[in-house]
Amino acid sequence: MVVKTIPEFPVKKGEPAYKIWMFEPGWKGEIPLNFNLRQVAEQKRSALLPGHRLCAGCAAPIVVKLASFAFRGPTIVVNATGCLEVATTIFPYTSWAVPWIHNAFENAASTASGVESAIKALKKTGRLPYEHVDVVVFAGDGGTFDIGFQALSGMAERGHDVLYILYDNEAYMNTGIQRSGGTPKYAATTTSPAGEVIPGKPESKKPIADIMVAHRIPYVATATPAHWMDFMKKVRKGLEANGPAFIHSLSSCDRGWRHDNAISIEVLRRAVDTCYFPLWEWTPEVGYMLTDRSLVIARNPSLKQPIEKFVEVQGRFRHLMKPENKEKLKELQEYVDKVWEDLLKRASNAPK
Amino acid sequence: MSKLEVKYPLHTQEILNVNGNEAIAYAVKQSLVDVVSAYPITPQTIIVEKFSEFVADGLVHTEFVPVESEHSAMSACVGAAAAGARAFTATSSQGLALMVEIVYIASALRLPIVMAVANRALSAPINIHNDHSDAYLMRDAGWVQLFTENVQETYDTTIQAFRIAEDERVLLPVAVNLDGFFLSHTLENIRVLPDNAVAEFLGGYRKVAKLGVDYYEEQVPHMLNPARPLTFGSLDLYDYYFEHKVQQVEAMKNVPGVVREVNEKWFELTGRRYGDGVIDAYGVEDADIVVVAMGSGAGTVRSVVKKYRERGEKLGLVRIRMFRPFPYEEVRSLLRGVKAVAIMDKGIGPGSFGALYQDVVSSLYDLGSHPLTVDYVYGLGGRDLTPELVVKMIEQVKEDVKTGRVKEKIRYLGVRG
Repeated sequence: MVVKTIPEFPVKKGEPAYKIWMFEPGWKGEIPLNFNLRQVAEQKRSALLPGHRLCAGCAAPIVVKLASFAFRGPTIVVNATGCLEVATTIFPYTSWAVPWIHNAFENAASTASGVESAIKALKKTGRLPYEHVDVVVFAGDGGTFDIGFQALSGMAERGHDVLYILYDNEAYMNTGIQRSGGTPKYAATTTSPAGEVIPGKPESKKPIADIMVAHRIPYVATATPAHWMDFMKKVRKGLEANGPAFIHSLSSCDRGWRHDNAISIEVLRRAVDTCYFPLWEWTPEVGYMLTDRSLVIARNPSLKQPIEKFVEVQGRFRHLMKPENKEKLKELQEYVDKVWEDLLKRASNAPK
Repeated sequence: MSKLEVKYPLHTQEILNVNGNEAIAYAVKQSLVDVVSAYPITPQTIIVEKFSEFVADGLVHTEFVPVESEHSAMSACVGAAAAGARAFTATSSQGLALMVEIVYIASALRLPIVMAVANRALSAPINIHNDHSDAYLMRDAGWVQLFTENVQETYDTTIQAFRIAEDERVLLPVAVNLDGFFLSHTLENIRVLPDNAVAEFLGGYRKVAKLGVDYYEEQVPHMLNPARPLTFGSLDLYDYYFEHKVQQVEAMKNVPGVVREVNEKWFELTGRRYGDGVIDAYGVEDADIVVVAMGSGAGTVRSVVKKYRERGEKLGLVRIRMFRPFPYEEVRSLLRGVKAVAIMDKGIGPGSFGALYQDVVSSLYDLGSHPLTVDYVYGLGGRDLTPELVVKMIEQVKEDVKTGRVKEKIRYLGVRG
């Protein structure tokens, strides 16, 4: 029994949207990667359905939607504890149209390891009714940089065929904006407030994507939902990689970053324009490659914006705009420049 | 049932000279397990070592996931079981303590995982030897907890555990407890079934139970299934959490019946059974004094009790095989009319009683007249339980019966000072 059609493509009017993610046993094929925005919108092929309770302006659901626009077919999603998990699955409701599991905070990667191993065992014994089932993790910065790092590193070392997507909103937003290993230097959070003596978080952000590169897994990339086509391409590449893949997506949080909720995408665009968050991908074969806007900036350095452009729209950096903190801002600029210069040296497609 | 009716009579069962860990690895090999995920810890390690050999030699289809911690071992089992696999892990002591967060999640998600726990004392002070403090740690985790007395029972119980866990009336994870070193590292000649007999007993590969979900017309498999997507592990607040926890309790109520049934089925297959599966009692019918114990120590107690009975003294033993769910009613009816009960706890609850004592005494409360009870804490950190210590305990309890009261409710057996 081989079912060759993609289920209800596009979705039938009046049919519940979750039905487009029901792959009857024996389904074969691959959902094409479509960059035609109108078609993408019409297909409504998002794994995350409307009705979730994430904040207005949150970039996390956009990360999930863009990622799922690039899914290939049957996909199981593993979610670490965090905003995305709590706001999308308040029992008896769920926004997830794909098989989805949340286990705990620090073990999304090891849960995914188990799911992937089960798929392998079922396939080996002829019990998997599909050619392939993709496993995708969504986890926040707390569940990735900090408490979930051991599980992630173990999953990468063991080579599980899992795509791990980090949506990095740079603090523990779910518990109320506490600093994490992903919080940038001088950002104010509720556990690294900008005080009279200490101007926000004293330490720099952990270079998590570079740490995953050091694991020498088949695919690592950075992305933002503002650069949507780049994002979708990377997700598809990560799924196609034969082994663990890691995508570090910056994900703005208007509540935590203290910006207007209408400019979430704009803030992310500025993160890339200022080279605060460069877009690149890495494979063991080619090494670092700049992509999208960051490649454009590398080719035309005059497009690189000063860090103020990123900082000025966010309340978490408000104190940096004060005259007495001018040096701090300069320091932040120097740090960003240094990281960018390092990347330019490493990126094989950067002009030398 | 006569011997002739046993499907695999003794002489058809191969003899293996193995320790408890190897017996478990062999049982897991025969149980068509899809995913084994584990992390080394003494005294459990041999289970995964031995199992890795089966994997390396291509004797099993199992995916072996050598994780970077016990926390991840249980996490991977949760992922695997949710994806429809038969999953197994093994641990001890600190490993169990590390994974305990996910131990609770495994049962609440109703995933039929089987875990061997080679019981070992909890730190600090660090110690690698046997007691039951690790098993006590997870007593409220919603797992079925079975305790074994010898290597043969460990083999038998591991296979039974998969059938109990996957029974549609249960759908709960099962922990098979074996005393570290006393069983895990002690060689014994055991009888094993042929591979096909075990496969048949388990009904082949795991069959995922189905459940009703309001947005599907038909019953759908309780798994991460691209054909019928489900959400596992959602946020459950004050409006539903309570009901879901009570459902776990309801599932637990079905366990004793299933454990007894599986014990009988195993008897029909092998000629071996362990009491009624829940409790393995000896000499209780006419006993004045009964000892309650779990694990390998029960064997020592039984040999001593036997000697007393040969001398005409009315002693009995209740070996709790199923510690969770605790067989309150069975214990109550067995101990009705007994003069004194010595409850042996291989674990300590500073500021309270041992866990087994609490459960036994709770069972007795509804009796009109109560036997005297004493909590005997013994064997901590692997301290040997000698027959002399058992005799000392029994003599003390006999003295209590004479005086009609127990001065110290907790006594420490075999401790200096």
